[in-house]
Amino acid sequence: MAVKDIDQVGLDTYKFGFHDDIQPVYTSPKGLSESVVREISRQKDEPAWMLDFRLEALRQFERKPMPTWGADLSRIDFDDIHYYIRPQDRQARSWDDVPEDIKSTFDKLGIPEAERKFLAGVGAQYDSEVVYHSIRDDLEEQGVIFLDMDSGLREHEDVVREYFGTVIPNGDNKFAALNSAVWSGGSFVYVPEGVRVEIPLQAYFRINAENMGQFERTLIIVEPGAYVHYVEGCTAPVYATDSLHSAVVEIIVKEGGRCRYTTIQNWSTDVFNLVTKRAVAYRDATMEWVDGNLGSKVTMKYPAVYLMEPGAHGEVLSIAFAGEDQHQDAGAKMVHAAPDTSSLITSKSISRKGGRTAYRGYVQVMPEAERCRSNVECDALLIDDRSRSDTYPYMDIEESDVAIQHEATVSKVSDQQLFYLMSRGLTQEQAMAMVVSGFIEPIVKELPMEYAVEMNRLIELQMEGSIG
Amino acid sequence: MSATNGQSTLSIRDLHVSVDDAEILRGVTLEVGAGEVHALMGPNGSGKSTLANALMGHPAYDVSAGQVHFKGHDVLELETDERARLGLFLAFQYPAEIPGVRVASFLRMALNARRESEISVMEFRRLLLDKMQMLRMDPKFASRYLNDGFSGGEKKRNEILQLAVLEPELAILDETDSGLDIDALRIVADGVNRLRGSELGVLVITHYQRLLNYIEPDRVHVMIDGRVVESGGKELAERLEAEGYERFAASAASEET
Repeated sequence: MAVKDIDQVGLDTYKFGFHDDIQPVYTSPKGLSESVVREISRQKDEPAWMLDFRLEALRQFERKPMPTWGADLSRIDFDDIHYYIRPQDRQARSWDDVPEDIKSTFDKLGIPEAERKFLAGVGAQYDSEVVYHSIRDDLEEQGVIFLDMDSGLREHEDVVREYFGTVIPNGDNKFAALNSAVWSGGSFVYVPEGVRVEIPLQAYFRINAENMGQFERTLIIVEPGAYVHYVEGCTAPVYATDSLHSAVVEIIVKEGGRCRYTTIQNWSTDVFNLVTKRAVAYRDATMEWVDGNLGSKVTMKYPAVYLMEPGAHGEVLSIAFAGEDQHQDAGAKMVHAAPDTSSLITSKSISRKGGRTAYRGYVQVMPEAERCRSNVECDALLIDDRSRSDTYPYMDIEESDVAIQHEATVSKVSDQQLFYLMSRGLTQEQAMAMVVSGFIEPIVKELPMEYAVEMNRLIELQMEGSIG
Repeated sequence: MSATNGQSTLSIRDLHVSVDDAEILRGVTLEVGAGEVHALMGPNGSGKSTLANALMGHPAYDVSAGQVHFKGHDVLELETDERARLGLFLAFQYPAEIPGVRVASFLRMALNARRESEISVMEFRRLLLDKMQMLRMDPKFASRYLNDGFSGGEKKRNEILQLAVLEPELAILDETDSGLDIDALRIVADGVNRLRGSELGVLVITHYQRLLNYIEPDRVHVMIDGRVVESGGKELAERLEAEGYERFAASAASEET
């Protein structure tokens, strides 16, 4: 994901802030109404049950109050958002078929290059629609499905209908309800029993239009003994007005299966990023969320794992980075619904230039879920005195035969550390970036190498101009 | 070899340094020539470490008067990293711990900061292994996190490893001998002696004469109460060992009045 064309990029240190002048095929009028929802569904030629699902979700959205906890969401103006923007008419399976101006965006973001080098499949979403999709032939031959969600619904309606909205019901929370009403794009992934997808599938999400709401919807089904690593990246232009990104991701990991879901979220700092992510893990299954939050104005995101049967294991590795005017309210949720389940939450947050991070975690052990183990470790690093970090660890333990641990630390980059590194010739910025990259190393080392390099590079960019 | 016969690499004149408004250095003057080894001795609290930190530009040390020149540059005008890139090096008494940063990746970045063009990964690896072997260090050491959980001796050895890799022109060793057992001391001294040559100048800061048995100084300076009160050849260190600092302390005090 190398940035090739540095000259094109935007303000401050955010290198992805450019936008392209695209004439969309269709833009829904600003604001949300039943007719907007019906029009989205009509344009997608959806079955009636999906329209019903959307309309019910719209009613749920309208009934639910705004959350009163977490970050300040009062600046979101639901009437000033385009809920659906279709950039082009059809989806390409070859980059050559992607319109030149849209392709150039993804070239700048390095996606086709990354695909050639180290990915098993790529989906690229531009505003509301996925404009490019591909998967390696050998995986397709093994029955692996990797489609955009709309195509998934068209081509595999039975499977989608069986699982869609079962992990996150359409009234789960206000923003999940919003997504359920106006969703478009996202990924549909199905990995058949025993199939191991050894190299990652990647989806790339780009908001280009101003005052845009992006509501992708992802459903991943991992059959018994199967494995998949799904990676998503997100960027957007820098505008003077706010955009909204509100995704829903549902994952089902069946017996002995394993799913790893990695996010490197680098939205521009005018995006409200309010995402609901939840997985269910059955007997001896493993679900891992690796969640990197670097961009956005506000993020509220707490990837969850419901451990439904004995032997299930859930992990969340979370990095949050908050700079000026950013609030990252991130965390994790683990629900131990069966005996002999285990979970691990590792959270690292970095605040600088008045930025604010919070770890918000919830660990629940249901009655008779004996011999559960849960370990929570959250560490915060403050770069300066103006920045802030909070920890909200909630525990709801209804069984006594369990082993639950929680540890939290807050540290500051010390003058001694900076002086030491600078005494070896590193500039102050390099020294600061080195302390920060060391701080997140336990998580970065879990990433595939290409992403680890990317993550460190993003951290270095974030640290530019952070001194003084 | 006699005193500063060569061109002076480091020249300190009448340096006054305060920490939290308390004056610690009260007019230090010292010259170290290219390739020379000088020892700075003195009791606890005499200002030796203050001098080391001030020379490297620690932000908590406030230079109120005096001049420092290194290779003709006005050091006091430079940031810490600029001083380092110019060839000044401080082996710390208490090196900072940097969790999550591996010794090798840190050292490669530091070396690249000193070089015009980046060293290749392979070339760096060879260089590092070579220097580690010289200091009889386990190669596994390179992948440990910088000073994180190191024993006192490991930290000191790591400082000398950095000295060996970065090849500065003037190294200040701030009580590198403290906390080292006799074997480690010998290895460290051995390393310094090998690096010592026509180029590397060294300012050895120590309480004890012990280290000077292994690193033989060209000049010895005695610091009392923020000033260099006497300078001489290596025999001065032996005299100090025999007589202690009392005599110098007394003469410094009488000078005061």
